[in-house]
Amino acid sequence: MTTVLELRGITKRFPGVLANDHVDISLNEREILALLGENGAGKTTLMNILYGLYQPDEGQILVRGEEVAINSPSDAIARGIGMVHQHFMLVPVMTVTENVMLGIEPTKNGIFLDKGQVAKRIREISEQYGLEVDPDAYIKDLPVGTQQRVEIIKVLYRNADILILDEPTAVLTPQEVEGLFQILRALIDSGKSIIFITHKLKEVLAMADRITVLRGGAVAGSAIPSEVTPRQLASLMVGREVSLTVEKEKPQPGEVVLQVNHLYVKDEREHVVVNGITFDVRGGEVLGVAGVQGNGQTELVYALTGLLPVESGDVLLNGESLAHATPRQILERGVAHVPEDRQKHGLVLPFPIYDNMMLCTYYQPPFSRGVVLQEKAIMDSATELTAQFDVRTPSIKVAVSTLSGGNQQKVIVAREFSRPIKLLIASQPTRGLDVGSIEYIHSRIIEKRDDGVAVLLVSSELDEILALSDRIAVMYKGQIVDVLDADAVNKEYLGLLMAGMKPSEAASKAKPGEQTVERVF
Amino acid sequence: MSEKNQQQPAKKGWLRQAREAALVPALAVFTGLLIGAIVIVVSDADVIAAYGNFFSNPLHAIGLTFSTVATAYGALFIGSFGSFDRLVEGLGIYFSTGETRQLLRAIYPLTESLVSSTPYILTGLSVAIGFRAGLFNIGAEGQFFIGALCSAYVGYSISGLPAFIHLPLALLAGAAGGAVWGAIPGYLKARFGAHEVVNTIMMNWIAFRLSDWLLTGPMQASGFRPVTPNVAISAELPRFFSDPIRLNWGFILSLAIAGLVYWLLFKTTIGFELRSVGNNPDGAKYAGMSITRNIVLVMTLAGALAGLAGTVQVLGVDRWVGQGFSAGYGFDSIALALLGKSHPLGVVLAALLFGFLRSGAARMQSMADIPIDIISVIQGLVIIFVAAPAIIRRIYRLKEKAADEESTVLTRGWGR
Repeated sequence: MTTVLELRGITKRFPGVLANDHVDISLNEREILALLGENGAGKTTLMNILYGLYQPDEGQILVRGEEVAINSPSDAIARGIGMVHQHFMLVPVMTVTENVMLGIEPTKNGIFLDKGQVAKRIREISEQYGLEVDPDAYIKDLPVGTQQRVEIIKVLYRNADILILDEPTAVLTPQEVEGLFQILRALIDSGKSIIFITHKLKEVLAMADRITVLRGGAVAGSAIPSEVTPRQLASLMVGREVSLTVEKEKPQPGEVVLQVNHLYVKDEREHVVVNGITFDVRGGEVLGVAGVQGNGQTELVYALTGLLPVESGDVLLNGESLAHATPRQILERGVAHVPEDRQKHGLVLPFPIYDNMMLCTYYQPPFSRGVVLQEKAIMDSATELTAQFDVRTPSIKVAVSTLSGGNQQKVIVAREFSRPIKLLIASQPTRGLDVGSIEYIHSRIIEKRDDGVAVLLVSSELDEILALSDRIAVMYKGQIVDVLDADAVNKEYLGLLMAGMKPSEAASKAKPGEQTVERVF
Repeated sequence: MSEKNQQQPAKKGWLRQAREAALVPALAVFTGLLIGAIVIVVSDADVIAAYGNFFSNPLHAIGLTFSTVATAYGALFIGSFGSFDRLVEGLGIYFSTGETRQLLRAIYPLTESLVSSTPYILTGLSVAIGFRAGLFNIGAEGQFFIGALCSAYVGYSISGLPAFIHLPLALLAGAAGGAVWGAIPGYLKARFGAHEVVNTIMMNWIAFRLSDWLLTGPMQASGFRPVTPNVAISAELPRFFSDPIRLNWGFILSLAIAGLVYWLLFKTTIGFELRSVGNNPDGAKYAGMSITRNIVLVMTLAGALAGLAGTVQVLGVDRWVGQGFSAGYGFDSIALALLGKSHPLGVVLAALLFGFLRSGAARMQSMADIPIDIISVIQGLVIIFVAAPAIIRRIYRLKEKAADEESTVLTRGWGR
């Protein structure tokens, strides 16, 4: 087995931060190396060094045994190193072909773009690795999973044989994740080597050949998937024992708090995406809405919180209709909303922490008197909440944009949970977060449930639904196909429902399987 | 930890922030003046001729280069601040004889600069407040005209009122006129999604043609010139000195209003909403703020500010409105708001810069025979450097800015 890539003693300092501290990593040929670590552990910095976006302060990079200086991404590409970024670098209004050829446009007769030749190469690459990408499709029409495959094609088109994938599964549905793993296997089989950056334990164990864990900028340990347990990996990552299962008592359901009757909602393109939904949530219980992303969950939550209008049907909170209320009226009646897209809805990124902590209550005492903001009250409250909800920040005056995803989410949780609330709507509350933050936010949600708050949890992570819910509603194509008791749930049956099978068929097909749930991310 | 200790880092941070915020604009101004000097030199026939004989007499060419620039910028400086010698002389005469004429003449250039800064401050605030809410108010020029016309009408048509009623009434009329002119595109945007850039430009044209018609018809003074009658003395903003010094209470008013805008933006719930909407409309909606209400509100405020600029110009300086009354205050204010980073303090400083440049330019033209347009060139350069700070950072090898600063959203694309 030959070593294709070696990093020796890489050290990178940013003002006030040691991002990488003498990191040694090696990658063998035809291997998937998982680089595991919490947000802020230095994974991305390390890979940006490898890709020539940053220069290391110390250390060497060896490609196939030869020491190289990588000063720019084009140096990296010349050495056969390609990177698939977490946020795609694609032009939505261009075709796949045009995106792939950007920057290295081949021409006919010197001036005309030779798209035909590129499209042909794309088809070849696509077939070879089972990528199934149409070169003539426009990026904006493609689902996220396919867009990611276009990014992979871009890298392969430039003849990379060392691929770096930065958090590639963060944006994918479970099915798309499965597809990605198959593609990675096909790449390995044809002689490529892959570094896979992630913080999800389950993925690492499912597909890595070797695991290197980073913590606080340094290598915390290495392992082979077959020889470690998720628990060991998690504690290596976080630096302390973490609980992978959610500790919770039996629910004590009270009165019905949220009652949804025959709800219809249209999305922004005027398609009916919530198609006659009826359910209720009681105080002191968690109703989990399971389903593959894009089956109307987002719009359901938007309608419940006033961000999208209700077409027909009714939403009752303690018997009072919220169907045509404004977001503010809904907020004031005691509904908290942890939004799916925390940067789009949940925060005003350039604002400091203290402003975001009162984003929904700024007009109420003690934060303002008349129209005048009361700075002392705002600061005091933010200081207290920051401590209470363990937001890691040098000061409450820094912009939330500078915080890590986990800490941004904690700001939202702090703000929403500290109000007097009757109903908590949490949409993808732990998406993109590391194990430590997930553990924290889950325990807070259960705490609210035990306080008697009705919790509506929407998540595309089935494990999250299983770990937190007392009842589970499965959503498919804008409808709730079944509501189950979490105690008696069969995971396979749930999966079949999520994939669109009718309950009767699914019940006959699903074998009674394991029912204990261990939450592994 | 004691109270004092907690305050310390905050204060330091504030100073550091202010210095960092001012660094690029200051260097932009400096660089603009530097390149302006090159333009002055290459457009001077004598200097070019001297360089033709460079090898026979290099010292002459170089000396002439420096003297040309020194004369031009010297005249610009004296034109905008006044001459120090004259000031000393004026003070001497004043103390020995009590005669003020020489002294007033010495401070005249300085006061004229402040007079031309005044409308810049208010129109700059108008554009800046729009930027803060994510809106691009190109309509300050039209709002300026409407404000001027409304206040002039109230100023000349009513007589017999005491000043303490007539003047506030005229000021209010001007602000209200501008407010309406701003509110219309605001409403169109909020209600129908019509883009404010297009609408405010159209409102400008309507304002120009409306004023043409009013000045040649209903509001024309007796005589042939297309101007309004003079406003009544009771509606005038009082001047601080006797003629010809035109510095008046409008300057103080505009500074007070800059303070008020600062307070509104950063210390009140209204400003918090405006800035939230400007930085993240989705987040603002999530937080229960009304986007439409805020759009209409901010355009109304922006219109009122620009209208007040026209008002102050009429009531304090010109006393009547004529065609071409504005001299482009509304358009320069866009550049000015950019230069001031849409912060009221920045806007005041930028407005002073523009006012001093503009007022010194006339002197430069007459004394050093440098075309007044060179000021437009310098202003343009400064704006380019402020709008593309990467240029300045590259030239002066400044470190990349940390991304944690609240940036101003200039526009958010079409049709939203």
